[in-house]
Amino acid sequence: MDTKSATLHQDNTSASPALEVRGLVKSYGAHLALKGIDLVLPWGQALAMFGPNGSGKTTLIKVLATLARPTEGQVRIAGLDQRRHAALARRLIGVVGHNTFLYDDLTARENLRFYARMFGVTKPDERIAGLGEALGLALHLDRRVRTLSHGLQKRVGIARALLHDPSLLLLDEPETGLDPEAAALLESLLRRHLERGGSLVFTTHSVERGLAIASRVAVLREGRIAYTEERASLDVQAFQELYQRFTRVGP
Amino acid sequence: MSAFWRPMLAVLWKDLMLEARSREVVAPMLLFALLVVVVFTFAVDPRPALVAAVAPGALWVSFTFAGILGLTRTFALEKEKGGMEGLMLTPVGRDVLYTGKLLGSFLFMLLAEAVMLPVFAALFNFPLLVPGFWVLLVLATLGFAAVGVIFSAMAVNTRAREIMLPVLFFPIAVPVIIAAVQATGSVVRGEGWSEYSRWIALTSVFDVVFLAVAATTFGFVLEE
Repeated sequence: MDTKSATLHQDNTSASPALEVRGLVKSYGAHLALKGIDLVLPWGQALAMFGPNGSGKTTLIKVLATLARPTEGQVRIAGLDQRRHAALARRLIGVVGHNTFLYDDLTARENLRFYARMFGVTKPDERIAGLGEALGLALHLDRRVRTLSHGLQKRVGIARALLHDPSLLLLDEPETGLDPEAAALLESLLRRHLERGGSLVFTTHSVERGLAIASRVAVLREGRIAYTEERASLDVQAFQELYQRFTRVGP
Repeated sequence: MSAFWRPMLAVLWKDLMLEARSREVVAPMLLFALLVVVVFTFAVDPRPALVAAVAPGALWVSFTFAGILGLTRTFALEKEKGGMEGLMLTPVGRDVLYTGKLLGSFLFMLLAEAVMLPVFAALFNFPLLVPGFWVLLVLATLGFAAVGVIFSAMAVNTRAREIMLPVLFFPIAVPVIIAAVQATGSVVRGEGWSEYSRWIALTSVFDVVFLAVAATTFGFVLEE
């Protein structure tokens, strides 16, 4: 982590939660994608966000990641108003989305070096080598991204998100396209991130994977949080039935 | 290096590397500009007076449309795997992203123009060795790129981006197009600096104003 970000992290972790969302509304024209989201995520915790297709999960991640402007409401990251201190907030966030945000005609290493320069990462080559090892990419770093399989591209995308050692990870269905080995690698990286005091919000359709790492679960439905519970006090059987009911198509 | 230059040069380096490997921007621009110029030579009676009347328009039609083609390709490449969103997730200022993208597009357009000009000079008997024309070329190209980058960023998320960009671009770029055609006409007619310097001044003012406006509004254009 660079000095500025590290200082920020220390300044805010004790006083403010990792993420605080109040009255978040996001509309696209007449369509209301998010209809008033409130949530607080303390440091060191993982929020698993479930929900059927079109429930607003990706929109929520986009707004939290500063990719989309909230129509109403407020998002605070480590106590920072995400709109007023967007650049500082972005230093604290790492995002894994549906897209890898990579350039096909650059090698994996060149892509990572590019993003390292954009984030002002110190000793980028060491950091890239470390992440390459951790994600099983060491042998593929010098291949052009277009020649990598979808799963390997996804791993490079995850390395990109972790490059600047973010405090808050936002992951939109991160396990999609990963083989079991890569999914296990990702899970261990995320656990390490939580152990070090970082936080994460991730969306998933896999109840099993979601519950394996979550400290808290929430179900998003039609742009609202329809259900939320601490993982520790969750009745897994009842939750699975509830989630199936939410995602059922038809009456 | 400052917080401005380092990431800005990183964006520029990335665009130059992508073009060096993919050749998806400059080559189509060159081909398109060449086709336009050749079609004009077939269409115009080769009498010197007529050629002189048509040459400025032919030159800037080919450069403007080739530039639009290049801008569309550059941003389509950026959109492929969400590269634009990747840039937006970085903590650098939106003016930095704008300047990096602008410089890349500016250099691609300038390169295509530099290759096309000798061909154009041969076909239209155009006087290449007029320094004032080169000043105009650089300033007008910068103006096109300044307008084009911000509208390409807007148009790239629309379905009909190939249509949207010219529709958005031309009304705003009209002052530069008029100035470029008028000044080039003066050069073709062999007139002096005093005749076309006011058009160069107009292009300079346009560049300064539009660069400032575009750099400060680029962030709003990018966000959903």
